[in-house]
Amino acid sequence: MVYVAFFLVALIATGSALGLVLRTNAIHGALFLVLNLGSIAALYLMLGAEFLAAAQVIVYAGAIMVLFVFAIMVLIPGKEETGPDPRRGVRLLAVPVGALLLLMLVFVVAVRLRGAPAPSAPAGTVTAVGRLLFTSYLFPFELTSVLLLAAMVGVLLLARRRA
Amino acid sequence: MVPESFYVTLSAVLFTIGVVGVIIRRNPLVIFMSIELMLNAANLALVAFGQRAGNLDGQAVVFFVMAVAAAEVAVGLAIIVAIFRIRRRLSVDDLSIMRW
Repeated sequence: MVYVAFFLVALIATGSALGLVLRTNAIHGALFLVLNLGSIAALYLMLGAEFLAAAQVIVYAGAIMVLFVFAIMVLIPGKEETGPDPRRGVRLLAVPVGALLLLMLVFVVAVRLRGAPAPSAPAGTVTAVGRLLFTSYLFPFELTSVLLLAAMVGVLLLARRRA
Repeated sequence: MVPESFYVTLSAVLFTIGVVGVIIRRNPLVIFMSIELMLNAANLALVAFGQRAGNLDGQAVVFFVMAVAAAEVAVGLAIIVAIFRIRRRLSVDDLSIMRW
């Protein structure tokens, strides 16, 4: 039963990722990415990471994708990928390169992981993750706020109309 | 309980799709979204490894990755919009103005 759920979600995630890469319409790609992020949130729930599943939906599928859709609407794309591709031969190399990368990743990381028993991990509830963030990871947590502030100021500078 | 190697394999598949997307697409916005896909694949692998290690440190790292990704998307989209204002075109093939 758990396996059926996992393979269903994995199928949705893979299919939506392929949709993002293969559809020429950027807005369709953005919606496929929302589907992909949602399915990854479901996988987080299966792994016991409740807090991350909620954060994934709020931060990624909510905030970041709204930003993407907004940028796509502003920039009116769809015209730039219709003409003939001047570098088609080079781009087709992506398929064998991608297959090679996938083989390497699967054989080096995933296959060697098999076998050893997994210790029982604590559930990633808001309490547990929050306690960790505010004790062991307090300094990086505070640095994150500085990073977000710097990004905000930088974006304001970039988006300002030149007088 | 599904073994962690399944999650890591799925993460490898998603990461590869993201890499291929970055290579074959010409629209910088779609390339950006493929990068988000790769970041999410890495996050999934981190959570799976953390589950295997039996602690929550992996999930804490994923939290920071999400924060950095949010900052990165904001700055990146601002740069793309700024370039679009100057060039009125949106294809990575003729974007060399940020190169020295």
